[in-house]
Amino acid sequence: MSNADNNPRRKFIAAAGAGVAGLGFTAIAPGLHLMAVGEAAAATEARKAGTAASPTVRWGLLIDAGKCAPGCTKCIDACHTENGVSEKLPDARQNSQWIRKIELVDRRDGRKTELPMMCQHCANPPCVDVCPTGASMKRADGIVLVDRHTCIGCRYCMMACPYKARSFVHAPLTEQNPEVPRGQGCVESCTLCVHRVDKGQTPACVESCPTGAMTFGDLSDPTSDIAKRIASVPTTQVRSDLRLNLGVRYQGI
Amino acid sequence: MATLNPRHEEGFFYLLAGIGGLVSALGFAAALYMEHSGHVVTGMNNQIVWGLPHVIAIFLIIAASGVLNVASMGSVFGRVLYKPRAPLSGLLAIAMLSGGLFVIMLDLGRADRLMVAATHFNPTSVFGWNVILYPVFYALVGVYLWTMMERRMNPYSKAAGLATFIWRVVLTSGTGSIFAFLVARQAYGSALLAPMFIIMSFSWGLAVFLVVQTTMYAWNNMTLPPLILQRMKNLLATFVAAVLYFTFMLHLVNAYFAKNIAFEYFILFDSEFASQFWIGQVLLGSLLPLVLLFSPGTRNKVLWVNVAALLVILGAYFQLYVFIIGGQAFPLDIFPGYDVASSFMDGAVDHYSARLPEILLAVGGLGLAFTMTTIGVRILHFLPQDDLAELEAASGIKD
Repeated sequence: MSNADNNPRRKFIAAAGAGVAGLGFTAIAPGLHLMAVGEAAAATEARKAGTAASPTVRWGLLIDAGKCAPGCTKCIDACHTENGVSEKLPDARQNSQWIRKIELVDRRDGRKTELPMMCQHCANPPCVDVCPTGASMKRADGIVLVDRHTCIGCRYCMMACPYKARSFVHAPLTEQNPEVPRGQGCVESCTLCVHRVDKGQTPACVESCPTGAMTFGDLSDPTSDIAKRIASVPTTQVRSDLRLNLGVRYQGI
Repeated sequence: MATLNPRHEEGFFYLLAGIGGLVSALGFAAALYMEHSGHVVTGMNNQIVWGLPHVIAIFLIIAASGVLNVASMGSVFGRVLYKPRAPLSGLLAIAMLSGGLFVIMLDLGRADRLMVAATHFNPTSVFGWNVILYPVFYALVGVYLWTMMERRMNPYSKAAGLATFIWRVVLTSGTGSIFAFLVARQAYGSALLAPMFIIMSFSWGLAVFLVVQTTMYAWNNMTLPPLILQRMKNLLATFVAAVLYFTFMLHLVNAYFAKNIAFEYFILFDSEFASQFWIGQVLLGSLLPLVLLFSPGTRNKVLWVNVAALLVILGAYFQLYVFIIGGQAFPLDIFPGYDVASSFMDGAVDHYSARLPEILLAVGGLGLAFTMTTIGVRILHFLPQDDLAELEAASGIKD
């Protein structure tokens, strides 16, 4: 299998590494964390090279639709710059969109809302279930990714995704970001900026939001900002009827 | 029909095989072009991710398992009429499955990674199951053909036929489950799809078989005995009616759920797919064949029974087009209760127009199935040899 998290040796190394690292969120027992004092701006400490993602962490986003400014596309611009999503094909429907703004009008009262929509990083992702090769995978820390080396481009995951979060690369690519490999003929979606998260940074969309409408953090850590806010304000999981247990939550819809 | 002399007959065979080969080669060339340029050269996009190639490929795969039903009727259920037809049925199954897989595999974004598909297996994926379902189907049909065509192996034919029959039921259930397992889309996600695909395969497979059988009889200046024609056309009519019934129930149940009413209204009345459904699938593909198969003036005529079979095949195309393309054209209901809009077609109905590369690829799959069938019936002994006396003796008891 392509998912390295299933490798027992890696699991052991990760556990051992976590025990001695003493940096960031260090798991010493299930549900119990030592909090190290790190940079205020960092959501997490960097993950050491060669160590596996921690299953004690569940990365997620909280998006306050009430703060999302109408017409603002800063998160989209930042995402696509960060991830090298720059192609402009003649048929716009063939362009990749890792994140998009959706305008909502409530049919009951005409109330308008805007919000960014991207991969919801489900705990039970339909894309992972249907992928024939296991290229669609969920990392131990909840981030749903596509292994570009094993994706065969069948697009079954796109049929299965309830959020239309995935794009198929329809044409040859240029000017890629070396940290974010993409590939013609493969399916792709929001990675929650996994390359940044692994360096202890927040996703580009969160960093770029001028109104602070997006919060990134560890849903499993009750002391994190995101977990505290989810505990204190009403939040929504989109299509909660599907019971996919989403990593992305919305406030104000 | 005028008798072809052997020289003309041979020339005609090479012409047909040549045309089939050329169409297949064009399909392969189109796939190479798509591989080089990307799917940007096709009409498929990020909303309608499966297009004409999938319509044709899924038709071929469903009909491939269905055409094998003819063999199963003989070997498994002991119907005398179908036994001599089993080898042709097996050949058609292999040819059509090959054509379907040709299309579906060459449409992959990374068709060069077939080895990855073969070596990385996700047990929760229906597509993953296919990696096992298809090769085993080939192997079983191959063994089944061997037991039928090699006299020493004849005693094992029934067992091989039973194994093949069970496997084809599993395979078609898998094809239906590709859509049945899609939780998010209004058009799919119904357990009814697995049995419905099986009955569709019975209908389409038998229709294909009838057309090929008639062509082979005509080629050999023979006419299908009336008793056989009558039995097979009655069976076809039963299957056509059953598919219509399943279609009716699928839409009725879907329309009963408030969350799916908008989709049902779209697909049945308010879209480009509505006319394809009512005229293509229901009228031309179901009702008209039933009329032809039961009307006193047409039901005993080889020509009209074959017209009915061709109409069933045409109806199959419309049915799959409406099901696959129409099901994707309707937007996902991500925010129930809201009107939505975005730069990514949220809340908007999409329109699909197949472009030349994917049309060539899809037709190439049909060409491959045609070529394999043409060559197969030429080099091997597939023409059904009926013992009419035995058939008539058995007809009162068994059929």
